[in-house]
Amino acid sequence: MSELLKVEHLTKVFTSGLIGGYEIKAVDDVSFEVKPGEIVSLVGESGSGKTTVGKLILRLLTPTSGRILFEGEDITGFSKKRLKSDYYRKVQAVFQDPFASFNPLHIVDRAFYLVFSSFLPEVGAEEREEMINEALRNVGLNPAEVRGKYPHQLSGGQLQRILIARALLVKPKLLIADEAVSMLDASTRIDVLNLLGDFRDKYGTSVLFVTHDLALGYYISDSTIIMYRGTIVEMGDTERVFHNPLHPYTQMLLESVPDINVKWEFRGIEPEKEEGTVYAIEGCRYAPRCPKAKDVCFKVRPRLVEVEKNHWVACHLYGG
Amino acid sequence: MSLLEIRDLKIYYRTPRGPVKAVDGVSFDVREGEVFGIAGESGCGKSTLVHSLILRKPPMFHAGGEAIFKGKDLMKLSEEEARKIRYTELSIIPQYAMNALNPTKKIKDIVWDLAREHGYEDRSEVEGLLRERLAMVKLSPKVADMYPVELSGGMRQRATMVVSTLLNPDLLIADEVTSALDVTTQRVVIELLHHFMEEGIVKSIIFVTHDLALLDKIADRTMILYAGKVAEIAPTEEMISSPAHPYTKLLLESLPKIGVRYKETKLNGIPGYPISLLNPPKGCRFYTRCPYVMDRCREEEPPLVEVGDDHYAACHLLGGENQ
Amino acid sequence: MARESRLYKFRLALKNNKFRFGFGLLLFFIIFAIIGPLFTPFAGDGLYYEKLPGSNMEVATYSTRTLPPMTRETLITYSGRHVEVLHILGTDKLGRDVYAQLVYGLRTSLWIATLAAIIGTLLGITIGFVAGYRGGLTDELLMMFVNIMLVIPSIVLLILVAAYLEARSPEIQALIIGLTGWPWVARAVRSQTLSLKNREFVNLARLAGLSDLRIIFGEIMPNMISYIFMVGILQFSGAILASATLDFIGLGPTTAVSLGTILQKAIAHNALQFGWWWWFIPPGLIITLIITALFFINLGMEEVFNPRLRRGGE
Repeated sequence: MSELLKVEHLTKVFTSGLIGGYEIKAVDDVSFEVKPGEIVSLVGESGSGKTTVGKLILRLLTPTSGRILFEGEDITGFSKKRLKSDYYRKVQAVFQDPFASFNPLHIVDRAFYLVFSSFLPEVGAEEREEMINEALRNVGLNPAEVRGKYPHQLSGGQLQRILIARALLVKPKLLIADEAVSMLDASTRIDVLNLLGDFRDKYGTSVLFVTHDLALGYYISDSTIIMYRGTIVEMGDTERVFHNPLHPYTQMLLESVPDINVKWEFRGIEPEKEEGTVYAIEGCRYAPRCPKAKDVCFKVRPRLVEVEKNHWVACHLYGG
Repeated sequence: MSLLEIRDLKIYYRTPRGPVKAVDGVSFDVREGEVFGIAGESGCGKSTLVHSLILRKPPMFHAGGEAIFKGKDLMKLSEEEARKIRYTELSIIPQYAMNALNPTKKIKDIVWDLAREHGYEDRSEVEGLLRERLAMVKLSPKVADMYPVELSGGMRQRATMVVSTLLNPDLLIADEVTSALDVTTQRVVIELLHHFMEEGIVKSIIFVTHDLALLDKIADRTMILYAGKVAEIAPTEEMISSPAHPYTKLLLESLPKIGVRYKETKLNGIPGYPISLLNPPKGCRFYTRCPYVMDRCREEEPPLVEVGDDHYAACHLLGGENQ
Repeated sequence: MARESRLYKFRLALKNNKFRFGFGLLLFFIIFAIIGPLFTPFAGDGLYYEKLPGSNMEVATYSTRTLPPMTRETLITYSGRHVEVLHILGTDKLGRDVYAQLVYGLRTSLWIATLAAIIGTLLGITIGFVAGYRGGLTDELLMMFVNIMLVIPSIVLLILVAAYLEARSPEIQALIIGLTGWPWVARAVRSQTLSLKNREFVNLARLAGLSDLRIIFGEIMPNMISYIFMVGILQFSGAILASATLDFIGLGPTTAVSLGTILQKAIAHNALQFGWWWWFIPPGLIITLIITALFFINLGMEEVFNPRLRRGGE
């Protein structure tokens, strides 16, 4: 057992209303692994289900079916008590909106105190203060500048650093970073992202970096998972996925990324493709938009197959 | 030829603690036939700047300078005059274009209300034009008879862009129109804007964004704003290949690129945070974060000097004593 | 983008002219209700009571005429004493002092409204909060109940219940009003809870191992206080109106005077036709002014809590 986290056939169905409601399979039969000390980026556009996957792993949502194995144990059956006393010591998160991540009524120090009272109650007050200051210095902040301040008195970059410091105070084995830098400005974003890499190097923390930004995912991660409308379309070693994208969706996605080194040619406007009830499609969910779609794509869901070593793709063009 | 000339424009916000100097003495031109990009971090004043050209509502106020658009100073227009040129000469695509259309009206009614206000009398002519434009952006002409809620997000985005440009404005302002979009939709929007330019529907575009890489794809010239001041103006390609201002340089170096990975080459951001615009210090506004800071930078504000062909930057490192 | 502390908001509220006006007006009436009786020798029912020497008995004396405001009169009490009294707002048809009734009536009305607002708000908060926080079936069922309560015209319910009870104390009336006023609160609180419980800081609190109770009372509730306060004000002004309506159709408290019952009696005795304006104008005016005050308080608070209204957006 080499993996830290193993997700198997994870599915989450959202229903609206009790009577006459409709169903959305936000996450549909998703399986992947995260190894110890690995940074995995989970890339997808809005509606891909990437954030839902993160929340399911954090047990902020309960999966409809499937298993989430953490260190070999299925956490979907963990009681609230077990989650609190055990799981959340090992799995922590940083979310997208730094301002929404703090209770606006309290000073930012409280974020640390909550962690201490739950996970490190034995630490004395003096030692606690020193640990907080140390954690803040580790993320490049001057404790004197941020402690005792209210969230609205600090910038987004500072707040996000504080949240990383908070999450890493318990030295988790897995950190879920859900769009953790996407609200930050370009000039501060990369340094916050580097922090995640630094901590992996220092403590061996695995990171699941959930993002819509392919360039950031490429920069930081070892492996990449590309999601489309609740399904994984391609995954594997980051270098392989980015330099040899196989799935038509990944190819299109990569072509759309504005990159300083790549020139765009204007191809003219393509018609908007109807997607309609894409979540109900039996076959490949990308089929309605796919230029290479065949009949079989609409009928049968392609399986993930390993096309080359550590490079998986779910597309009928490659077997599936 | 310049379509828009901004000279030493100052746009402030009134607050109980004094004016916030969001745009503080900015000068530039937008030429006919170009896409002019404006980039900068949040709070640099880019959004304030373009919105002040269309509508200044309190607490935003004009504190000096002028904005000459086709011979008229936009800062001195009466409300009636401003209303008249909106959509016909100067138009804006709102930031959340997907949700900018009134959901209770059909697209054709929205357009007709707009056209009528600008003196159009023939409804069938306006609707004909609308259908033509919808076809141009590869939407079915039937969309004209639909309500915005019946369209998907991507279709609404296109429809809004058609509405904003229907009356052939000379200058189109696109303020962060792509920042809430997925990369694939973003690509479509860029494609559309390019098409509007090619077809001569709009003469020039001001494209505002926080994403420098995106400007590289669409803008002919780019202006970098920092804390309410111009840091650099240059043809986009030149700015990206040989940036002059330290801020631009550092910003470009911090951008992730395919091919650069954390494991091999670590990128660096710019340390520190932008200064408060409530009481900006004298001198260069970037000096608190600049690695090349000199004593002069704290005292004297650097003037915008020509550092190359059509390339301007405001930094003491680049000289400027003799200006 | 900037978030503000609560203290800052409170100070801002005190600087807001609308809030100051409304708050000042309301405060004036509250103080008036408290100290008003000091200026009149009459009791709440508008009668003059004299304690008989050597016993605990009190005997009432009252005027025999309908007098206009600021009339001085000499009353002859049961024991034969001559007492000169001032009818600040005159007397009603039965010779009872209007000012005294008004002051005590105001007390009753404010008390009823406060009590009703507290009952309605508490009930609404609890139901709305449980529905929003628990979600799922609980939410579905509770909201169904709320919607049923909303479509039944509450005035009909009020009339039925009030008419059914023969003796009605102010507290009973407050209970009736409170029990019909909560559904709006429940709806509003539910939507607030729904939005707050998915806020990232709540998720982070959960990841920090906090219990549900600590999350509810430590993280979610404090962020709703300003909102709950506004809802409470709305309930208060609704209760003032509902109580006046009930009183006016003769279903007011039978054991005390309230602003609405004064009005009802005035109309019943044709005060309008006889031109006894001092009988019906003051209570009507006070009801209107209290509603106005509450309206301005809410308007001011809306501006303070919703920064977009305050600064016109960016």
